[in-house]
Amino acid sequence: MSEHLRIDPIACTGHGLCAELLPEWIELDDWGYPIIDGGPIPEDLLAHARRAADTCPKLALALVTGAGRR
Amino acid sequence: MTLPRLLAAAGHDRAASLDEHIALHGPLPRGGAELVEATRLAGLTGRGGASFPTAVKLRAVADQRGPRFVLANGAEGEPMSAKDSTLLELAPHLVLDGALAAADAIGGARVVVAVPADAEFAWTAVRRALAERHDARRVSVVRVPVAYLAGEESALIRHLNGGPLLPTVVPPRPFERGLKRRPTLVQNVETLAHLALIARHGPTWFRDVGTAEQPGSALVTVSGAVGRPGVCEIACGATLADVLTTVGGVTEPLRAVLIGGYHGTWLPGDRDLIKLDDRSLAASHASLAAGVIVALGASACPVQETAQVLGWLAGESAGQCGPCRNGLPGIADQLGAMAAGVAPPGAEELVARWSRDVARRGACNLPDGAVRFVASGLREFAAEWEAHRRHGPCRACPRPTMLAVPPEERLAAA
Repeated sequence: MSEHLRIDPIACTGHGLCAELLPEWIELDDWGYPIIDGGPIPEDLLAHARRAADTCPKLALALVTGAGRR
Repeated sequence: MTLPRLLAAAGHDRAASLDEHIALHGPLPRGGAELVEATRLAGLTGRGGASFPTAVKLRAVADQRGPRFVLANGAEGEPMSAKDSTLLELAPHLVLDGALAAADAIGGARVVVAVPADAEFAWTAVRRALAERHDARRVSVVRVPVAYLAGEESALIRHLNGGPLLPTVVPPRPFERGLKRRPTLVQNVETLAHLALIARHGPTWFRDVGTAEQPGSALVTVSGAVGRPGVCEIACGATLADVLTTVGGVTEPLRAVLIGGYHGTWLPGDRDLIKLDDRSLAASHASLAAGVIVALGASACPVQETAQVLGWLAGESAGQCGPCRNGLPGIADQLGAMAAGVAPPGAEELVARWSRDVARRGACNLPDGAVRFVASGLREFAAEWEAHRRHGPCRACPRPTMLAVPPEERLAAA
């Protein structure tokens, strides 16, 4: 099963740590909120994706198995 | 029975009593799970805006365990919509029939009817109707705030559970965890009224009207430059011309017609023959949604109308999600500056980029609908936007806008 990043848009306050830890996959919009590709995370980015999710100060980012909605 | 179906009693300007209701429609047959299959065969879809297949929702709640609820949603957040409160005012028993039939179909549920706080007549009609019935002890009726987000089901449920009127992150969806954290069938009141008639007459009867893909009739609220603004019942797939004739024709040449309300799409004013069903409308990036139709006369300023609605929608944002909280006011500011002819260079590109950046990034679909409305207004009125950008406000700009942005008076029912 593939892994996907999913964001809780209500919990996210735009710290932006995730985009620093995973710039290959996450960019920030004009207001500092992450724009996340909901597709399957490539193998070589998985460890970074996990670290980005674990580091989110609001626990707004999650690595989920299966089809992520966002 | 031909049209009207739901508003068959609407010759009166008051609610049909229980006796009148039964004389008109016959008694509600008591049934159960077979109504789910009848609804599937009928092809009934939700009339609250999302057009989701009703049978799928019924089955999803029926498959859950434990106590459950039906939430009959009469909280139309669209300022230009009056069809749900009109239906509750004129045919409260039909809505209650549908809610009770749905409750039985999903395995015995309690029913909550949500009525907007400003719909005084609807509130009275539902209360009186409940007092007339012996089968309605499991039904309660509640008032809900008048706000765009009251139509958003996760926000409505959170509010009814004692919280603020704010959307929640889904899943869990209401069919898993809704009122009192129990599985909840949330259905628009019009959808339930259709269900009450399917329970009586069956799916084949239901399909006598409408298109193969969107069977049945639908309530629409028509306003703007028409002779008799108000609520009427149309066959899905009826032409725009038919509907405009029904409401007394147009009072001036039309510049455009808004289909689907503030999450909807502007069509050119000459599209009389377009059919009002989602398949026909899809070619124009439109959908009937909750049935709001606004005829914009050539004397109105479409730029002003579009900019003002976006400003209002930005204010209706719950402000919970960053992109929506920042993006919608930003877009509204740029549109306002463009309308006033004082926008900096690149304003339109900024609006386009921010529109992309707020879409599908909120917990609910308020931002998605808002940017759809903006995109349609920029596309349809490109020449007018350009004229405003170059020369500033037009002669029509100071006139009161046709599209209501509360707290102005809500549109009166027909």
